[in-house]
Amino acid sequence: MFQIRIHGRGGQGVVTATEMLSVAAFEEGRHAQAFPSFGSERTGAPVVAFCRIDDKEIRLREPIMEPDALIIQDPTLLHQIDVFAGLKHDGYVLLNTHHTFESIGLGDFVKERDHRRLCTLPATQLGLKHVGRPIPNVPLIAGFAALSDMIKLESVIKAINEKFSGKVAEGNIAAATEAYALVKEQMKEHSHA
Amino acid sequence: MLKQTEGSKAVAEAIALCRPEIICAYPISPQTHIVEALGEMVKAGELTPCEFINVESEFAAMSVAIGSSAAGARSYTATASQGLLFMVEAVYNAAGLGLPIVMTVANRAIGAPINIWNDHSDSLSQRDSGWMQLFAETNQEAVDLHIQAFRLAEELSMPIMVCMDGFILTHAFERVDIPSQEQVDAYLPPFEPRQVLDPAEPMSIGAMVGPEAFMEVKYLAHAKQMQAIELIPKLADEFKNIFGRDSGGLIRTYQIEDAETVVIAMGSILGTIKDVVDEMRAEGHKIGVLGIISFRPFPLEQVRAALIKSKRFIVLEKSLAVGMGGIVATNVRMAVTGSGLRGFTAIAGLGGRAIPKSSLHKLFRQAEKEELEPVTFVDLDWAAVNKQLEREKQTRRSGPIAENMLHDKGIVGVSAKFG
Repeated sequence: MFQIRIHGRGGQGVVTATEMLSVAAFEEGRHAQAFPSFGSERTGAPVVAFCRIDDKEIRLREPIMEPDALIIQDPTLLHQIDVFAGLKHDGYVLLNTHHTFESIGLGDFVKERDHRRLCTLPATQLGLKHVGRPIPNVPLIAGFAALSDMIKLESVIKAINEKFSGKVAEGNIAAATEAYALVKEQMKEHSHA
Repeated sequence: MLKQTEGSKAVAEAIALCRPEIICAYPISPQTHIVEALGEMVKAGELTPCEFINVESEFAAMSVAIGSSAAGARSYTATASQGLLFMVEAVYNAAGLGLPIVMTVANRAIGAPINIWNDHSDSLSQRDSGWMQLFAETNQEAVDLHIQAFRLAEELSMPIMVCMDGFILTHAFERVDIPSQEQVDAYLPPFEPRQVLDPAEPMSIGAMVGPEAFMEVKYLAHAKQMQAIELIPKLADEFKNIFGRDSGGLIRTYQIEDAETVVIAMGSILGTIKDVVDEMRAEGHKIGVLGIISFRPFPLEQVRAALIKSKRFIVLEKSLAVGMGGIVATNVRMAVTGSGLRGFTAIAGLGGRAIPKSSLHKLFRQAEKEELEPVTFVDLDWAAVNKQLEREKQTRRSGPIAENMLHDKGIVGVSAKFG
C-alpha cells in the first residue's frame, strides 16, 4: 500500500487533490481511498487530506501517520505545523514553491534524504498561468505522478476530465502537462548530478 | 457500474435508483452531500416522479416524511447528530404508526461539547424507538443496504435507519459498484402501502390508544422486528442473486472458526480491525471478528452462535452509556448470558478520535490475556482527566469542563475567562 498525505490551506483544493489522485489510480485499475481530515474548514486554515493506493481492497480507516509521500501545497505551513511528521525515510516530498529547498531553509532536511525523491514545483504560478486562479492542486498531483511514477499523466488527465469540463478542464490539463514535464526535467537533472 | 466516488454521492445515486417519491431533509453535516445531490437530481428532472421538499427543521423533515408515507409515497430523509435528536418525537411516531420511511443517519457525535465528528451516539440513542438500524462497513455496503432497506421497511411496514459513519464513509472516495436501474427494479417492487390516507376513501391514522390496547400495539412493533430477524438474511440472499455480492444480513464473521478471542464492532472500524486481525493471525494469535450489521433488531441467537466456541470477546464501540459502560456491549452480553464467556468493553473513537491500528494491537493483546478492566477507554488522556478532577476537588468554581480541557491541552485561542 502506498500512502500520500497532502498539506495545504482551506481554499487550495487539498481535498479535491486527494480525490482526483484516487480517481487517477482507479482509472489504472487500482484500489484507492481518499479522505480529508475533517474539521470546521475555513479559507486559509491548515487542511490535511489523505490518499491510499493499493492493488487490493483497502480496509484501513486510520489517518495516514507514516506517509510514503507528502505533497505540500503551501510552503508557509512549514513554519506552522510539522508537515514532515512520520514521513518514511525514503518518502517522496513535492513542495509548491518557486524557490529551492535550500533557499527556504530546508537544506539540512534534504541533505539527509535521497534527492531523487524530493522536488519543488511552482504550482501556484502554473495554476495562475493556465487556469487563471492561484490553485496549485492539479499541477501538484501531475508533478507527483512525474516524481513517483505511481500514476500516469493520462490518468491524471482522465481525473481532470471527470471533475471539470470545458475551458476549466482544458486549462487544468495544460497546467498538469507542464507540471509533469517540469518535474521530469528536474528529475533528469538530479540523475545527472 | 464500477466507479470511484464519494460515499455520499454513491448513496444519493442508490436512493435515486430506489425511485423515492418524496425526499425531505434539512442540511446537517455530515449528511448534507447526500440530500444536496438528490436535490440536484430532482431539479434536473433526472428523478421523476419525485418531489424534494425543503423543510425548516429536522422535526419538520420527519413530520413531512410521516405525512407523505401515510399518503402512500415512498419517502426518504437523512440526518445526523443534533438533527436526529431534534426530530425524536416524530421518529417515535413514525415507528408507532408503522410507516416504512428510510432514513440515512450519517453517524456523528452528540453535544455538548459541540462536535461534528463521527461516533455512533446519535442513532444508538434511538435504539428503542422502534426503527430498525443497519450499519454499513463500507460505502459499497451503504449503497446496498439502502436498496435492501426500502424492501425491508415496506414488507414489514416499519421504518429503518441506514447508519454510515459520518465523514469516514460519507466523505471518503472509494470504489463503488452502482447497480443498474433494471437490477434495482427487479429487487424492489413499487410501494404497496398497508395504510393510505386517501381523500376518496377517508380514514384516520394515529388514534389515541388507552391502556386497553396500548401494550398490544407496542408488542406488534416488537413482533415486526422479530419478523425482521427472519427477513433480513432472506433479503440479503435475494440481493446476492440479483446483484452478485454479499451485502447486508444480520452479522458478518471473519477468521472466527478457531478464534479464542473475538472482536465485535459495527461500521467502518471493522476494516481497520480486520487488518489488525490479519497481522495478529500471521503471528499465530487465534483472533477473529464479529461485525454486527443489524443493531435493531438485535440478532441475539446469531451473536451467541458466533461467539459460543470462543473463550472471550471484546466489544469495541463508538458509543458510551454514561454511568454504565457500553451500549453494544450490553446487547452482546445479553446474547451470551450463562455461557461463561469472558467479555470486555472498549469505548473508542468518541467525537471522531482516530482509532489507529497500533492502539488496537495493544488492546487486543491485553484482551487475549484477560488483563483489561471490564470497561476500557481507548487512548483516553488520563493526565488531562485527572487534572480536571483535581481542579474540581480544589476549587468550587472550577469552571466549564470543555474550556478547561482545551486550555489544559494547549488548544490555542480558547479560554473560559475572557481577558
